[in-house]
Amino acid sequence: MPNQDLKLNNLVVSSGPHIQVEGDHIIKRMWATLIALIPAGIAGVYIFGLYSLNVIAVSVITAVICESAFQKIFRKKNTILDGSAIITGLLLAYNLPPSAPLWMAALGSFFAVVVGKQLFGGLGFNIFNPALVGRAFLMASWPKYMTYWSNPRWQIDAVTTATPLGIVKEKLSYQLPTYWDLFIGNRGGCIGEVCIIALLIGGVYLLYKRYISWQIPVYYLLTVAILSFVLMGNKLFSGDVLFALLSGGLVLGAFFMATDYVSAPISIKGKTIFAVGCGLLTVVIRKWGGYPEGVSYAILMMNAATPIIDRFARPRKYGALKKRGAK
Amino acid sequence: MIKLRESKEATFHKPTKKAKLPTRVIIPLSQHFGAICEPMVKIGDQVKAGQLIGSLDKGLFSPIHASISGTVSAIQDYPHPSLGRVKAVVIDNDGADSKTEQRPRTEQEVASLSVEHLRKIIFDAGIVGLGGAAFPAHVKLSPPKKIDSFILNGAECEPYLTNDFALMKEKAREIIQGAKIVLKILGNPQGYIAIENNKPEAIKIMREAIKDTNFTLKVLNSSYPQGGEKQLTKSVLNREVPSGGLPFDIGVVVHNVGTVYAIYEAIYKSKPLYEKVVTLTGSCLSNPQNLLVRIGTTIRDLLEDCGPFKNEPAKIVFGGPMMGIAQYTLDVPVIKSTTGIIFFSKDELSNREDRVCCRCGRCVDVCPARIMPAFITMAAEQDKFTIAKDYDIMDCIECGLCSYVCPARRDLVGLIKYAKSRLKAK
Repeated sequence: MPNQDLKLNNLVVSSGPHIQVEGDHIIKRMWATLIALIPAGIAGVYIFGLYSLNVIAVSVITAVICESAFQKIFRKKNTILDGSAIITGLLLAYNLPPSAPLWMAALGSFFAVVVGKQLFGGLGFNIFNPALVGRAFLMASWPKYMTYWSNPRWQIDAVTTATPLGIVKEKLSYQLPTYWDLFIGNRGGCIGEVCIIALLIGGVYLLYKRYISWQIPVYYLLTVAILSFVLMGNKLFSGDVLFALLSGGLVLGAFFMATDYVSAPISIKGKTIFAVGCGLLTVVIRKWGGYPEGVSYAILMMNAATPIIDRFARPRKYGALKKRGAK
Repeated sequence: MIKLRESKEATFHKPTKKAKLPTRVIIPLSQHFGAICEPMVKIGDQVKAGQLIGSLDKGLFSPIHASISGTVSAIQDYPHPSLGRVKAVVIDNDGADSKTEQRPRTEQEVASLSVEHLRKIIFDAGIVGLGGAAFPAHVKLSPPKKIDSFILNGAECEPYLTNDFALMKEKAREIIQGAKIVLKILGNPQGYIAIENNKPEAIKIMREAIKDTNFTLKVLNSSYPQGGEKQLTKSVLNREVPSGGLPFDIGVVVHNVGTVYAIYEAIYKSKPLYEKVVTLTGSCLSNPQNLLVRIGTTIRDLLEDCGPFKNEPAKIVFGGPMMGIAQYTLDVPVIKSTTGIIFFSKDELSNREDRVCCRCGRCVDVCPARIMPAFITMAAEQDKFTIAKDYDIMDCIECGLCSYVCPARRDLVGLIKYAKSRLKAK
């Protein structure tokens, strides 16, 4: 009996399952999101010049420092390596004008990470998208800097411009960019929002990897398209759909900010409601609001609605009893 | 439901082999859903294979039989694959393998048996659900209302396991004979046999076996947990078992192919359930096998047939890799509900991590019960069990898919089991 004395002293006893999906990990997802954001950043720096790279760098570095310092001070586990602080810093920078002062980028990043995220309990507990919290803070505090738009660097005839949505809203005398210009990012706007093609490359990559659910970008864009067609023209049903989709921060918001796991609802049903809500609020702000662009406030408002959406938008459980009287 | 990597290759094409008889068996007195049996023998008694050794006067239970012939050497607590330690009857093998009288019945004799009599034979043979839940079979065969559909479950959706597959390939005719008995007992409902499409050989053989019967073969997608009773009812009949209810409630009975084969043996051969096919597999074994094992054989003794270890196992799991239970010792015996034993090496261990939920929603997307594991476990972590209940924790079938897919590697199903046990204790 060769096995009679065999002893295994190091058997692991744990609750099942004893196998695990391969190749999917939250940290991997975070870094994939970062990679997906890179094309839009490169495009932004190319379009607006090297100064905007400084804005991005300051924002990202501040986010990392603030998160580390906060976790050090409050004796929490350091989570820098999960990449979420870098994403927050990057997304904030992408939402800043290319000529934003560096101190402002730093302040916004501090506010995003500390107030927007850590004070709520850190990753997983923040109610709002931290980068958008930072942006809203800057918008409320220094609106002048936040709406100072420099031209793409090759348009030397004028240093400043307005965003396409601004031109329409304020009925300014600037020339409106063509659809192609909008698509490639040859227009005024925030660093990371202008180059649609670069954003789509990243967004499609995340969809392909299934790291974001398609419902959010698709229903968000669809709602904006339909409502813009109905409401944004000179009369009903005459809006410029393509212009509405390509201008402002819509594509950046729909693919990279509304899809933030933590601040969006958890079920497919919930995500759909959330996305339609974002689209609705975006158009409402663009049409009747005080600002030309409504993406960030629309997402922030829907973030606030996420807990209540989560409560009611549950999947229909298996074997749910039919409502009384249905028979 | 999602497709898992199957990992069935090691034993997929291996025929069933009889395991060597061990020098002693440890037969726990609880091998079923229900009350623990009382021993019917004393230390020193001589027993034969098939002799009754554990029973009760009343209550929900299933009788237990000796699996080898020999002397009862101890009746005391021993390790049990799912219940910690349970009182067990230990029998020292006398090497004779003598059996209680097992009189075969002819087709005519079987046909003349009344439904009551058939049920009695099945109860006396100690047959329980062999798919893993070990619910006494006679109870499932005494439905309180009219049954319109009977599903023979050959899905075998757990990765690694091939015991049902081997049985279907080798005993198709017997399984169908057993299934006909079940139909008779249930008042002739429509019979279905459900097999996943990753087992074409079994599909072919079973299709042949049901040729002159009224059974309908349903080929299902290979996805987990297709073989769960509730999921199977949905896939085969497109009907859902009401929340908190049983398939009975919608006129459905589901039995595993192994159970039905045991019913065949009980009826046609008067043989009680004291041996069954078990898949022994995993990267640590030099010789993975589908073994016909006597109940009460320990892992240690089974290594005679499938060992030695290629490398030292870091985890030994009774059952499938999704729902199975990790063991702490080699001295755990095979019981009636054991489907497989998997030996995982160190680098195959799944790591749970202590992370907060990032709310990505993967668990909600895959949950076959369509509840929200993320919210249930967030509540459970804070001991807020009533919130967990409000999120339908009791509808969880503990299939483990949520933990399997979680990108934050949270121990979701572990937390759910914990919360359930706390809720039940209240």
